[in-house]
Amino acid sequence: MATVLSSTSSTVLLDKPLQLDSGQALDRVTIAYETYGELAPDKSNAILVHHALTGDQHVASPHPITGKPGWWDRMIGPGKPIDTNRFFVICANVIGSCMGSTGPASEAADGGRYGMRFPVITIRDMVRAQVALLDALGIGQLHAVVGGSMGGMQALSLAANFPERAARVLAIATTPRHSAQNIAFHEVGRQAIMADPNWQGGDYYDSGSTPDKGLAVARMAAHITYLSEAGLTGKFGRRLQDREAKSFGFDADFQVESYLRYQGLAFTDRFDANSYLYITRAMDYFDLAEEHGGRLADAFAGTPARFCVVSFDTDWLYPTAESRAIVHALNAVAAPVSFVELSAPYGHDSFLLEVPSLDRVITGFLNG
Amino acid sequence: MAELRPDLAVIANHVAPGSRALDVGCGDGELMAVLRDKQGVDARGMEIDPEAVERCVARGLSVIQGDADRDLADYPDDAFDYAILSQTLQTAARPDLMLEQLLRVGRRAFVSFPNFAHWRMRAFLLWHGRMPVTRHLPVSWYETQNIHHVTVTDFDKLLADKGVKTERSWFFSGDTELTSVGANWRAEYAVYLLSR
Repeated sequence: MATVLSSTSSTVLLDKPLQLDSGQALDRVTIAYETYGELAPDKSNAILVHHALTGDQHVASPHPITGKPGWWDRMIGPGKPIDTNRFFVICANVIGSCMGSTGPASEAADGGRYGMRFPVITIRDMVRAQVALLDALGIGQLHAVVGGSMGGMQALSLAANFPERAARVLAIATTPRHSAQNIAFHEVGRQAIMADPNWQGGDYYDSGSTPDKGLAVARMAAHITYLSEAGLTGKFGRRLQDREAKSFGFDADFQVESYLRYQGLAFTDRFDANSYLYITRAMDYFDLAEEHGGRLADAFAGTPARFCVVSFDTDWLYPTAESRAIVHALNAVAAPVSFVELSAPYGHDSFLLEVPSLDRVITGFLNG
Repeated sequence: MAELRPDLAVIANHVAPGSRALDVGCGDGELMAVLRDKQGVDARGMEIDPEAVERCVARGLSVIQGDADRDLADYPDDAFDYAILSQTLQTAARPDLMLEQLLRVGRRAFVSFPNFAHWRMRAFLLWHGRMPVTRHLPVSWYETQNIHHVTVTDFDKLLADKGVKTERSWFFSGDTELTSVGANWRAEYAVYLLSR
């Protein structure tokens, strides 16, 4: 039986400009967020969940455009691993996005849309905005920050830059820095968007046409990196789509082609192409060691938080070795850290899918 | 709480309260939980089996999934007051190198191992001409994780060769503690407290 978890959707308008890593400042920043559960009177039970690249604040409530369940619906709710009977869960839309927080589609000071005038942002900038949200909510220290993929980068960035703000840090299927391979895949996506004639230098908002084809191709390329060879083979193999024989043409003969085309197209209904450019750029710039003098351990020096790092054995986008680099750095500063590589067939996307061992690790870490 | 295995109980009783300890091959964290809860020890673990790591995390323990043969090298020198290796030495690829790593990351080390020179082992091998299968080494030779069987005398020799100091040792037959007299044939397993 599907029950809709009661949630509260809100926005805050930051009362002062947000200083960015680029040296620019972003004025009149709006942050859209959702909350679930009740904040304890002493405000000690708050958990901040960070979303991934194309995620949003609708972590456990239906998406307003697609109507689908929240992206981590299986993880958050009464009696679930992130138990809303006990915890007050906050999920905020990152700046640069298109789901209510200030981004390239937002209105600039001159009344027009930002488009490519929007300043380039970083993961740390996203975290600064979320810390400003915590300030607005009057929450000093979180029980935990939790995030997978880009969400994990934010969790680590928060631990490194605002170490007093979280007692526990759970980083799943993530990395301390974007590798050349990660950047390369993102560049393919960005070039697909910018090569679409409808992109129009990013000024497409009032033109009546949007770069859907470019954005869909970007999503298709990225989607492959979220899966595993075994997962794709298991799901599709070389099976043909709605036909008995190859067409000797360029229709979607194979099921996997048809699936990717659908994924790409569906994405354009809910996501803004310019946001995709800005957020992938933020991920590419992410290098936690570089921000701290070149040594990753220094990012965590003196942190009082407890850490849990989780990787998946089939994740080739952020492989286990990258999680081990985080663990190694935490060990070097004697931070309490747990690490486990979980076995799951789904590749990088495992953190979003049915992996019972992940549920047990999250439950144990948040309650232990 | 279930009673600790005697070698673990010896270790638990001799780790200084409030110290930092690394339990290498910590299983599901039984010793670590006692060290933390009774002695206020800052206990960390390393364990190769992801399901055991999961159970540790569920107990609120800090445990890293890893292979001790390889991953001890990641820890800085003197990171711990104690490095603990209980009934795991005989599974190491190179027990001598493992010992070096233990005494590098820990100022002191507890090592416990089953003694292959126990009289029952000797008798089994003598009478049957087959690799012993006993309570402390319960698995057939072809499927055991124990790849380097060791005796009390062998271990003493290794310590002497490496210049490692034995601060204390304990010997057991079943749950009964023995004196060190004739330990090499009388003891089923041994516990050592070592320092550099």
